[in-house]
Amino acid sequence: MNNTLLRVRDLRVDFGAHAVVRGVNFDLSAGETVGLVGESGSGKSTLARAILRLLQPAQGSVEFLGLDLLKCPPAALRAQRRGLQIVFQDPLASLDPRMTVGETIAEPLKVFEPGLSAGARRQKVGDMLQRVGLSSEMSGRYPHEFSGGQCQRIGIARAMILSPKLLICDEIVSSLDVSIQGQIVNLLLDLQDAGMAVLFISHNLAVVRHLCHRVLVMYLGKLVEIAPCDALFASPVHPYTRALLAAVPHMPHAAVAAAPAAPGEPAASGEVDTPGEVDAPGEVAALDLTASGCAFRDLCPYARDRRPAAVRSRSRPLGRLPSFARDA
Amino acid sequence: MAGSARETLRVGGLAGEAVRRLRSNPAAVAAVAALCAIVVLTWLGPWFSPNNSQTLDWLHIAARPGMQGSHWFGTDRLGRDLFVRTLAGTRVSIAIGLAASVISLLVGVSYGAIAGYIGGRTDHLMMRLIEILSGLPLIFFVIFLTVIFGRTEYLLFFAIGAVGWLTMARIVRGQTLSIRQREFIEAAIASGSSTGRIIVRHVVPNVIGPVIVYATLTVPQIILFESFLSFLGLGIQEPGASLGTLIAEGAAEMEAAPWILLVPGSVLALLLLSLNIFGDGLRDALDVKDG
Amino acid sequence: MACATRSTSRTADMTATLSVDRLRVSFSHRTGSIDAVDRVSLEIAPSECVGIVGESGSGKTQIFMAAMGLLPRNAQVSGSVRFEGNELLALDAPALNRVRGSKLTMIFQDPMTSLTPHLKIGTQLAEVMVAHLGVSWKDARSFAGRMLERVHVPEPQRRLNQYPHELSGGMRQRVMIAMSLLCEPSLVIADEPTTALDVTIQAQIIELLRAVRGEFGMALVLISHDLAVVAGLADRILVMYAGNVVENSIAAELFRHPRHPYTAELLKCMPSVSGPRLARLPTLAGQPPRPGELLEACPFAPRCSRAADRCRIERPQLSGSPASQVACHFPLTA
Repeated sequence: MNNTLLRVRDLRVDFGAHAVVRGVNFDLSAGETVGLVGESGSGKSTLARAILRLLQPAQGSVEFLGLDLLKCPPAALRAQRRGLQIVFQDPLASLDPRMTVGETIAEPLKVFEPGLSAGARRQKVGDMLQRVGLSSEMSGRYPHEFSGGQCQRIGIARAMILSPKLLICDEIVSSLDVSIQGQIVNLLLDLQDAGMAVLFISHNLAVVRHLCHRVLVMYLGKLVEIAPCDALFASPVHPYTRALLAAVPHMPHAAVAAAPAAPGEPAASGEVDTPGEVDAPGEVAALDLTASGCAFRDLCPYARDRRPAAVRSRSRPLGRLPSFARDA
Repeated sequence: MAGSARETLRVGGLAGEAVRRLRSNPAAVAAVAALCAIVVLTWLGPWFSPNNSQTLDWLHIAARPGMQGSHWFGTDRLGRDLFVRTLAGTRVSIAIGLAASVISLLVGVSYGAIAGYIGGRTDHLMMRLIEILSGLPLIFFVIFLTVIFGRTEYLLFFAIGAVGWLTMARIVRGQTLSIRQREFIEAAIASGSSTGRIIVRHVVPNVIGPVIVYATLTVPQIILFESFLSFLGLGIQEPGASLGTLIAEGAAEMEAAPWILLVPGSVLALLLLSLNIFGDGLRDALDVKDG
Repeated sequence: MACATRSTSRTADMTATLSVDRLRVSFSHRTGSIDAVDRVSLEIAPSECVGIVGESGSGKTQIFMAAMGLLPRNAQVSGSVRFEGNELLALDAPALNRVRGSKLTMIFQDPMTSLTPHLKIGTQLAEVMVAHLGVSWKDARSFAGRMLERVHVPEPQRRLNQYPHELSGGMRQRVMIAMSLLCEPSLVIADEPTTALDVTIQAQIIELLRAVRGEFGMALVLISHDLAVVAGLADRILVMYAGNVVENSIAAELFRHPRHPYTAELLKCMPSVSGPRLARLPTLAGQPPRPGELLEACPFAPRCSRAADRCRIERPQLSGSPASQVACHFPLTA
């Protein structure tokens, strides 16, 4: 029984000479909420845009409901967009400042359901505004009249109006106040119809933890760990995941069952021996890494033979379940 | 600060807001008033005078401004009433300025938006074409057209408009390039909108602010250019008049009868000043970010 | 604790490094004036590390922008800000310039934009010393190099000759920290120093700030929206909401027994990577009041589950012991 919505294979995106997304493979099933975590420079936003073909990957395939989005003609691609939507990070920037909020939300309807009468359209927009916690009278207002949290709700309304099968959320709560973040995340949980999958991109591990079934960890363009959420947070396997979890500042009152630090030294404090080009211990490595080999080798406390050219010329594949095994 | 940006807009939406801002700018209001006065005067003014722009009044050749013969602004070397003639000339200049601006606006905006949005080789080619056209010496171009088509006012419209759109296209392309990167364009693409739809619904409304302001500021340039062409004898010909031809005539009589120059000259100066101040006020009013 | 006793900052306390008294910052605008900071009083003792926590609109940054004289032209400031006994708000530009950058320094949020892009790092660092301490350029540069070492910038000599865009975000922030320490300040204000950085780098910068505090012994103000960032460093924490200080407690007390309802809600709202997984994230309904909507009432009343009539008509004042003060008519009890 195949309810795989999205199948990404060998996806690679180049910006000029260097690869920002390098050989990414993963699947997404209907109804799943999958978190994609990584820091700046990891390529996670680029990956999201590549999936939607908002930019053209250098190679690979993105199969959405069986159809390869990267190879289909523009008209077919546009038809598929109905089922595949995105909410962006900056709430205000993702709304056209010269259109009213109602017009913005109605636009997908105009494109995909041109037969709808204006009245029916207005009705749907009003209903959608209610569902995201705003009132339908607000449809005549302009984006700059709303707060960040409200703008994000409008962005979600626009994305959800056609009931997409897959919703990509690109850092949607990162620019919001902490007390508002919960509102938006809870809204997402409420709106998640049966069968809608969510790809939740975030650098905020704590939010991902409470929201997602599975987590993908990305570093320098590659997926370094894929695991069910509980397993990832309880016992992360890849050294980068460990470093990431160890670096999250803890609040005193929380029961501190932190991810175990890498044996010998706390990986995030930068005592790791690093070869030449890395800016600072622990910093994301300079982007002139060769395409082969483990992405984390320069910073990894376990890496053997750190000379850049010689390190593990073959990328280690990610195992099927639940996380990959590394050499001890 | 966030507070005022979040006030509820009153009736009229964004355009209404812009008008309100314009109204609170005293210089702009004065400029608009002056422009309205000039336009009204050019159309209605001649009704008030018993003279017309063609009649030669042999009794009052090069007469000073005054009450004799109802020549309030005086007469020129041929005895024609300057008041009516200047108004007629202003009418022509304004008409040319507006028409040429509208042409350059329509052509320039379409060209620039398409080039800027589509990008790549299309943009490259389109911009090279503009550069080639910009390189053509303007005067030779106009002379060339004059030789082929004769001296008509329509030729003048065409020549000026044909040149005016070049800079407009460049400006629009630049604005489009910066808009294209913004997230709401990505959102529109992700929502399935076609390229045409995006250009019309999203790109153009967002670049139109600076464009309108620039258009307002090109009207004076066009009027000046037309005046220059007419001054050289390439534009409006006798017995028609434009501010340029009137100034040309006045320049010849400067020492003996300075008013022949001063009258059309002052009108031109007032017209250009008002347009420029209005353009500045419009730019401030349309800028959504508060100062 | 409903009594209206003022906090101890009312008395002229000459030993405090920074003493803010009834500071009010408002921005005049076409349509009226907007209050960003509403009669705030606080004190920073020498060598103390104070965390200032609040969300957008809380005014936490504006207080220190007022102290540093960095507010925009349409800002109106009243009240008093005393630094080592001197009234900062009364200083003219030359006098203020002698103080800021040397004894009173600031680290900003965005390392990308806070360094001058067209000047080399070494030049920017040396400039500070030459301007304030009058040393020669050569001495200043060598001192700058040594300071870069102390903030753990690898290959400091090479870095001195580089431009800001050649450095990563974390590196630039280290340079900013170095710059703020060059003249041995009494007080360093760090405004969201790690917000723009990745989590792994954030951890390093927090470590660095801790080390630097130990080594230099200056007072440190750490402004952040993230309580967890502040938790690791601060001796005392102030919580701000809508331009008011609502709680001022010793750090450990704040986490153990938050007394203001907003503090308690904020602590609940911060999800953690450990502890049980929640089906829904805790949240606070509504949103902070817009600046300019401040009235003579408790600003948190509209969102507070404990609000009563008194809260809607009377603004609570900060009261309590030096260890723990709260501005609430009905504070939470331990």
